[in-house]
Amino acid sequence: MPTNNKRMYDKGMVLAGLVIFVVVVTFPFWYNLGKAAPPPEPVLTEKAKAAEKCVESTEFMKAEHMQLLDVWRDTVVRDAKRAYINPEGKTYMMSLSNTCLDCHDNKADFCDKCHNYASVRPYCWDCHIDNPKETE
Amino acid sequence: MKSSRRRFLKLAGIAALGLGSRPVVDAAYAAVGGQAAPEPKVGRQPEALTAKQWAMVIDTRRFESAADMEPLIEACHSIHNVPHFENKRHEIKWIWETEYKHAFPGKENDFLPWEVKERPYLVLCNHCENPPCVRACPTKATFKNENGIVVMDFHRCIGCRFCMAACPFGSRSFNFRDPRPFVAETNKKFPTRMKGVVEKCNFCAERLAEGKMPACVEASDGALVFGDLYDPQSKVRQVLNDNYTIRRKQELGTSPAVYYIV
Repeated sequence: MPTNNKRMYDKGMVLAGLVIFVVVVTFPFWYNLGKAAPPPEPVLTEKAKAAEKCVESTEFMKAEHMQLLDVWRDTVVRDAKRAYINPEGKTYMMSLSNTCLDCHDNKADFCDKCHNYASVRPYCWDCHIDNPKETE
Repeated sequence: MKSSRRRFLKLAGIAALGLGSRPVVDAAYAAVGGQAAPEPKVGRQPEALTAKQWAMVIDTRRFESAADMEPLIEACHSIHNVPHFENKRHEIKWIWETEYKHAFPGKENDFLPWEVKERPYLVLCNHCENPPCVRACPTKATFKNENGIVVMDFHRCIGCRFCMAACPFGSRSFNFRDPRPFVAETNKKFPTRMKGVVEKCNFCAERLAEGKMPACVEASDGALVFGDLYDPQSKVRQVLNDNYTIRRKQELGTSPAVYYIV
């Protein structure tokens, strides 16, 4: 015969333990509450400011630069085509080191700021020279 | 619902009409003036040099000693950030000198002229018309591009070295170590490589795209001739027409695109 006697043993200990457990697990959340790191603001070089527009619009570049670079890489390496004509009809050479970094020659203040914030580690710089001017 | 042949044919007809209507609808949309934002385009730079198959003729009579080849090798290795390793087993080479017996095994007749046998020979990737390395590569990291150059896509190379085993000319080198610290002076315009990829001569694809001749050809003072193998008016074809030439290990059927005047 099943009894309906649902008694909790060591009620006080169990509940106290549960409370401590919840507090410990959620500690990082409430401890850091309101202390979120501010979104990074990449620094534009004088040359980039003077150019006013990147190869595409700023919104597009912010959101899609990785896809753009991926297309660039495949088109240059595999199709041997190196010229990119943007919607305004301006032609750019598709090159990370020679075109992107020509204006944005401050990798630490431009690329790395957001990449570190978002914790992404692109391996572009394993091979591509990261700062064409700094080391000159 | 009862299905019959009649019903099936009707449905199939309607479906085909639906599939075929896409271009019509698109054309109608464009005609009304509902143009989307202009698409960016990619293309060749106007000054880019193209060919069906780039080829090179090396006049070996012009190179009497290793010192004659040094400027060519230096020109190539410096612009391509080729590292210099003291340890021979880590060596990376795009273009280098070798002896007759290693360049042309099987062509060692008895009593060859002394100068032919003793002269150094300049060797590099042959950019074969039938490249065995391309067939061996499991990731298509190495491929024959539209200009006939056997190109390495370092982004895709997984470092399996099947291509090195497949190449009968030893034209490929493997980066056993991070090459960057061993590049004496980096050319900022060209990437270095990373540990774990294979590399080799690229017939200066990046220079041809800018309308320039390969670095070794430029530094050779006419001893190296470069051009389109399938253009009867090209310089290589003229030189091939005027001189008897040989190729490395032609019997293997890879059809090298580097020819030697001996």
